[in-house]
Amino acid sequence: MSVVPPSKSSWTARTRERAVDALPPEKLLPDGQPTYVASWIYVFGVATLASLIVIVGSGAILSLKGPAWWHVTGVGHFFNSIHLWAVELFFFTMVIHLWGKYWMAAWRGGRARVWVTGAVTFVVAIPAALTGYVSQQNFDAQWISTQAKDGLNSVGVGAFFDVTDFGQMYSYHVLLLPTAVIALVVAHVLLVRRHGVVPPFTLEAKRLAAQPPPVQEGRATSAADAPPVRHGAPS
Amino acid sequence: MSRRDDTASWAGAYAPYDLVKELAVAVGVIALLAVVLTVLFSSPDDRPSTVAQWSRQMPVDFTTTAVAELDGSSTTAGYGPPYNHNGDGQHIGPVRLQKWLGVSHPIDTANDYVIDPLRSVPGNTALQRAITAYQTAPAKLQSTWTDAYTKALGKATTGSGGSVNVAPGAYGPVPVMMNGLLALAQSGGLDGALLTSRQFYQTDYTKPLLFMADGGLLAQRAQAQHLLGNQWGMMNETGSYPGQSWLWLYTLWYQIEPFKSSTNADALVMLLMGVLSLAFICVPFIPGIRSLPRHIPIYRLIWREHYRAQQGT
Repeated sequence: MSVVPPSKSSWTARTRERAVDALPPEKLLPDGQPTYVASWIYVFGVATLASLIVIVGSGAILSLKGPAWWHVTGVGHFFNSIHLWAVELFFFTMVIHLWGKYWMAAWRGGRARVWVTGAVTFVVAIPAALTGYVSQQNFDAQWISTQAKDGLNSVGVGAFFDVTDFGQMYSYHVLLLPTAVIALVVAHVLLVRRHGVVPPFTLEAKRLAAQPPPVQEGRATSAADAPPVRHGAPS
Repeated sequence: MSRRDDTASWAGAYAPYDLVKELAVAVGVIALLAVVLTVLFSSPDDRPSTVAQWSRQMPVDFTTTAVAELDGSSTTAGYGPPYNHNGDGQHIGPVRLQKWLGVSHPIDTANDYVIDPLRSVPGNTALQRAITAYQTAPAKLQSTWTDAYTKALGKATTGSGGSVNVAPGAYGPVPVMMNGLLALAQSGGLDGALLTSRQFYQTDYTKPLLFMADGGLLAQRAQAQHLLGNQWGMMNETGSYPGQSWLWLYTLWYQIEPFKSSTNADALVMLLMGVLSLAFICVPFIPGIRSLPRHIPIYRLIWREHYRAQQGT
């Protein structure tokens, strides 16, 4: 069997090479973690992810049967309840995860994008939940939509995002906003895998001190100017 | 100038770790938790209110609201964008986003809520004559009739069958119109009439929801369920469920001055929350805020095992 040599002009080959370079398999799916990753606070990140999976799963079942199903059948109401409690768990675990990452200053070491994608996910998840509440077709939906409209209208958002229009809110809730949340979470997780879990404060200082001195090109003034050093994970 | 490699792997000790297994276990635990919470607490589903229900339970409130829609004194009638041009809406200083983005969901309360539904009632000549009389009367006379009728509704009584009885007075054709609208609403016909559009299928409930919100039924139910704004209602839902507790900060501003009494409270709170959200996203770049975790040693608790191991070596 002959093997076609990769062409430099191939978009596919270049995409693959860039992807593998950014996230080699052992970084994407590691079977080892730094020993400092040993606290209950780390559970809340994966718990948030797990909650999102349960939300999407229960939401998909509700979508299969349509928006009225859960009002008229016990099975439908059961899956609606699963969906509701998964949302509550999602926000609960995400808030603790975010607080934990704040007190770890998890944006250190070039990890600002990890924080930003996580924070934006929280902000986007709020309208994702709101559109769910106003799509319920019950009294909650009536009251929440007639109250929420005033805040949105006051800054012009109501001109193109009408919380009293069930059809528009349902589209946002089952497609547009979940897609945005999932895309952000995927980006967030890939960034975590690429940069690794942020190390403890003092350890990071030791690590920087252990690195070679800055290259004297002009004036390198801080540890941040130090040359690239690649540390391989011990076997 | 070289940059430090931000993606460099940790050079210290590693421990075995099964990422896929951890995720699988987490999904199992969260799914189980959701099932347990479902079995214990289920989820709320209070039936929605209808215009028919409102007109039967609160006929005087319904009629008073309908008169306000007819003479343009209701909340929706004077709302401004995105429903009509009868107001400018809220603003933040010279920034008038509500006004600038215009009317995208036009509602003419007199025609949409009263005249057009009544015109659709067949076989009632007296009613059609009353509508014509009202429409052809001078605006000042129309106001005289509706003002007098609104005042009389303040002392109205509810008759058998859900009718509204007011003291005799110079109300012109307004009582005939309002009795016709009340009968249409109580029959369930107004619910359908308010959803009528140019196409067969309809999913936009803006008109009936705003009409009901102008009346007292939704607010009465909301108050009983602790859903009003001054009851921190934005983060609540019916029953004793946790609701949208993540909106606590958004709700908080409405409870305190200067937002509480401001006519631009919604716009001010939205602006404030927009700024705070942006700051939250930009935490890594805000001096002081980004340094706080280094000075408050909560990290010592988080990484206590690690520090203990370090001290032991």
